[in-house]
Amino acid sequence: MRLAYTLAAALAAPQASLAANPVDWPSVLSEARGQNVYWNAWGGSEATNAFIGWVGDRVEADYGVSLVHVKLSDTADAVSRVLAERAAGIDEGGAIDLIWINGANFAAMKSEGLLFGPFAENLPNWAFVDGEGKTVTTDFTVPTDGYESPWAMAQVVFMRDTADLPDAPGSAAEILDWATAHPGRFTYPQPPDFLGTTFLKQMLVDLTNDALALAAAPESDAAYEAVTAPLWAYLDALTPHLWRSGRAYPATGPAQLQLIYDNEIDLAISFSPGEATAAISNGLLPDTVRTSVLAKGTIGNASFLAIPYNANAAAGAMVVADFLLSSEAQLRAQDPAILGYGTVLDMAKLPDADRAAFDALDLGIATLSPAELGTAQPEPHPDWMTRIAADWQHRYGAGL
Amino acid sequence: MAESLILKTLTISAGATPIVSVSLTAAAGEITTLMGPSGSGKSSILAAITGTVPDGLFATGEILLGGQNIATFPGWKRHIGILYQDDLLFPHLSVGGNLALGLAPGGRRTERQGRVKRALSEVGLEGLAARDPATLSGGQKARVALMRVLLSEPRALLLDEPFGTLDSELRSQIRSLVFNHAKARGLPTLLVTHDPQDAEAAGGPVIRLR
Amino acid sequence: MTLSPSHLFFWLTVLILGGPVLAGLTGVVAGAMGHVPGLQNAIPAGDVWGAVWSWPGIGRSVTLSFWTGLLAALISLASATLIMAGWSGTLSFARARHWLAPFLAVPHAAAAFGIAVLIAPSGWIARALSPWLSGWERPPDLLILGDPLGLAMVLGLIVKELPFLLLMMIAALPQAKAATSMALVTALGYGCARGWLLAVFPGIYRQIRLPVYAVLAYSMSAVDAALILGPTTPPPIAIVILRWAADPDLSLRALASAGALVQLGLVLVALVLWRLGEIAVAQLGRSLAESGQRGSGRAAEIAAATLAATSGIFLFGGFAVLALWSVAGAWHFPAFLPETLSFRVWASHGAALVETGAATLLLAFAVVALALALALGSLEAKPHRCLLTALVYLPLIVPQVTFLPGLQAASLKIGLGSGALPVGLMHLVFVLPYLLLVLADPFNALDPRYRTIAAGLGLSPARQFWRLRLPLLLTPIAGAVAVGMAVSIGQYLPTLLAGGGRLPTLTTEALALAAGGDRRVIGAYGLAQAAAALAPFALALALPRRVWRNRQGMLHG
Repeated sequence: MRLAYTLAAALAAPQASLAANPVDWPSVLSEARGQNVYWNAWGGSEATNAFIGWVGDRVEADYGVSLVHVKLSDTADAVSRVLAERAAGIDEGGAIDLIWINGANFAAMKSEGLLFGPFAENLPNWAFVDGEGKTVTTDFTVPTDGYESPWAMAQVVFMRDTADLPDAPGSAAEILDWATAHPGRFTYPQPPDFLGTTFLKQMLVDLTNDALALAAAPESDAAYEAVTAPLWAYLDALTPHLWRSGRAYPATGPAQLQLIYDNEIDLAISFSPGEATAAISNGLLPDTVRTSVLAKGTIGNASFLAIPYNANAAAGAMVVADFLLSSEAQLRAQDPAILGYGTVLDMAKLPDADRAAFDALDLGIATLSPAELGTAQPEPHPDWMTRIAADWQHRYGAGL
Repeated sequence: MAESLILKTLTISAGATPIVSVSLTAAAGEITTLMGPSGSGKSSILAAITGTVPDGLFATGEILLGGQNIATFPGWKRHIGILYQDDLLFPHLSVGGNLALGLAPGGRRTERQGRVKRALSEVGLEGLAARDPATLSGGQKARVALMRVLLSEPRALLLDEPFGTLDSELRSQIRSLVFNHAKARGLPTLLVTHDPQDAEAAGGPVIRLR
Repeated sequence: MTLSPSHLFFWLTVLILGGPVLAGLTGVVAGAMGHVPGLQNAIPAGDVWGAVWSWPGIGRSVTLSFWTGLLAALISLASATLIMAGWSGTLSFARARHWLAPFLAVPHAAAAFGIAVLIAPSGWIARALSPWLSGWERPPDLLILGDPLGLAMVLGLIVKELPFLLLMMIAALPQAKAATSMALVTALGYGCARGWLLAVFPGIYRQIRLPVYAVLAYSMSAVDAALILGPTTPPPIAIVILRWAADPDLSLRALASAGALVQLGLVLVALVLWRLGEIAVAQLGRSLAESGQRGSGRAAEIAAATLAATSGIFLFGGFAVLALWSVAGAWHFPAFLPETLSFRVWASHGAALVETGAATLLLAFAVVALALALALGSLEAKPHRCLLTALVYLPLIVPQVTFLPGLQAASLKIGLGSGALPVGLMHLVFVLPYLLLVLADPFNALDPRYRTIAAGLGLSPARQFWRLRLPLLLTPIAGAVAVGMAVSIGQYLPTLLAGGGRLPTLTTEALALAAGGDRRVIGAYGLAQAAAALAPFALALALPRRVWRNRQGMLHG
């Protein structure tokens, strides 16, 4: 069953086609002009949809590229699509040009040879990317090798309604204590939703004594059991006090916002430090919501863009990826009134004017400053996530 | 044209069993009456002549019109007009529209409209060309139905108990109208009825089915 | 036998009804044996099935789908029967068609959205009762949406299936000789409802048997209602299959194929069970008839009115709430009405809604036009009726989730690509049966003597079709077009799979945005969906009245 992962190293990925060679940027630009780029990206957040719409307007104006946002409810749908196309022998002119991707989906596409590239480090704006301080060259410990280009930094924060929960819980244990005292006021998205599995990972990282083991795949079943035992004990204690007693979960991260708004829950996990501020300014959350991190820190990772091997408009896709690395796009994405995502750029590498613009940005009432966010804990190896998500299904997802 | 309609051993069968078999000659300008109790197959005979035998039945034998065996022709090429008990005017067309439907294609519009008008005045229904057929009285509808079939210039005329729904006074009126027109045009006419008065008024040969 | 155009249409229809299902099933069987397109090596079939049965919660998923499907179909049929009995079949088709049309037009997803915002603990019903009756200042922690028995989902299914079965029953009244039968039994002294049940219902059921089977199959495999209202721990098996088909671990696609076969098996078992139930009920009916108990009518009349009203409240109440949410600014629990109004969502989504709505309607219209030509052509050909009847229900009884993925793989292989063409063809597979169902009876009810008279007047069959049969069928055709467009507008899986994401329709967009949970956006899209589906119905009612304003015979036909 896990053929995909066991064959990971063996398969060589195809070279970038001569037609869209990222090394020759002027030719990429001229080829991109007039192309339609179909960007398959998660469509569950109004704010993100609006941002992608803005990107479309900008690349149309500056580069003559028509960007179409194909709204997905699950990135795996795009992976399925490319796979189906390859099975049908469609090796060029595919339906998808660009995918917002990371984690297990990226690992699967890379190992199956479904990606175009390498291209990321040839993009002109790569020069400004913080390759050292931020995890933008590995994706859940899998090296990107230039097959995906970063565009946003995410870090786990916890949103709470200070009207009912004034003090931020600083650890997994504190969350459990509070949930026990206030049953039905906390929940997390249902795995295998990305944010749901992130919650599981975060709790594991916070509870474990053996952080080093998480940096690589589990050595053996016994090792896996030993490392994850505290997590299951924790969830066994927590689940009966969850919203709906753990018999139902919100489908996605943003669905939790509606629950906080309706005063059904008071605490929720988020992967975007600026999401709460953006939601407040759009009237989706009450203005008493604030964010916090755990005392030991929280997991951080990057969002990437990848291009399928059979993309119809690879040149246009690269132009879009490069535009997203520009200061203009990064600044706008970081603006809490717009998106509130973290930037992948290194402030030190930017020209002074741009750096000043970043410094001047008001992060908003519910957003923690970079200092308050602290260091981002690294993501565990993807194998942990897949096994944990599968075990979660057995223990909590199949009827209590 | 003075053609006669001749049925030569026209047999309607269901599978291998014959239901009814008839041989007759309907001469031009004459009204031949076919009589018999219900279920004797009168309507099936008419269906065979028009070429609309229902599923499950089939017809054998010859149908000669002016010497030509039209049994092999599809129904719409036989040019045999039929009048039923119900006037069956097409509800989506006006009176004039119903009448014009039978006219052969071709000819200028004014010409066709003229013919329709003349047909209407022949039966005393001037000026009703634009009317909704549903607004006519029973007698008026019967007259329109008659002119509709006559305007299509049929080579023979079939009457399937066409006076049944009319009250007795109207009945004899319409009956004479239909018979006179059929005779005037020299059409071989086959009347199916169970009313002996109809047969008497027809004045032609009467054939009885068992 | 000459190959006239109508015969061509007939065989094309047969191909479209039977071909895709067969192709899809073949793909699914291959997948279940371990041959997944795109995976280098085949997986041993034993591993595939082993993995299916050891999937967490699979047993509960299967039983959940089975019992909720049966329950929804049973309650829908029982309610429709009770409504008919209570009103003793006095419902005339023409009148009923008018007020049932909105129920039928509304896509399943939109109806499910409406119910969700109505019955949720933070929904309108709870708000209406809070805090004066319930004492709730916050929404209670009740498991209503996604309850483990799937009752919310069953409700979502009933709201759409009840009107459908009701309409089928009303359409079957003439052939079941309802009027004369009722006159007979009331003369014998039976109360209206009991008389109807004993004398008319058996005749009606004989004619609606296949639609009932279609309803049963749909209830067990529907994806829309399950996604919006159904349980998630574990979900019904149709959702599990979808998750397998979409998982990044590519070998899970073999499981999806196996699951698709399990789904088909469930439907077949349920059909057998239902058939046994029919026999049992028939036996019960016979002994009841022989007992001679007369019964009275009052209770049934009240029950009928209550059922009909409840169904209406759930459907239209849901839409009222969706409409309110779409213009809500601040709206906290337990306020019954929004505290402030805001058109932000309409403003920011207006352009997208219009564009997507236009694309949805255009696609629907193209599909229906083609299906109409095929359906009318097939009916003209006076074909093998049994073949057509059997095939017409095939795409409706075989669950969509069973054969669509295999069909999608096939369509990619033959180079159809993704976009409007393959989506349109897939929609055709589901729209064509409905058109045939709606048009068959009116077509066959045309007085055969018209045909004879027209032939006698010298009109060729082609001229007869265009100048007679087509105009005479204008009202049923308008109704069929409306039904067909509503079916196309409400399609989710075919558009998702064959569109490659390039053809967003109101339904796919609504379900994608629903995952995000913002009720204002869901409200706007739910309303847009319903409006798009209702527009053709409004036209279908208005058009014949306008065209036939001077033809009484057509208006009361």
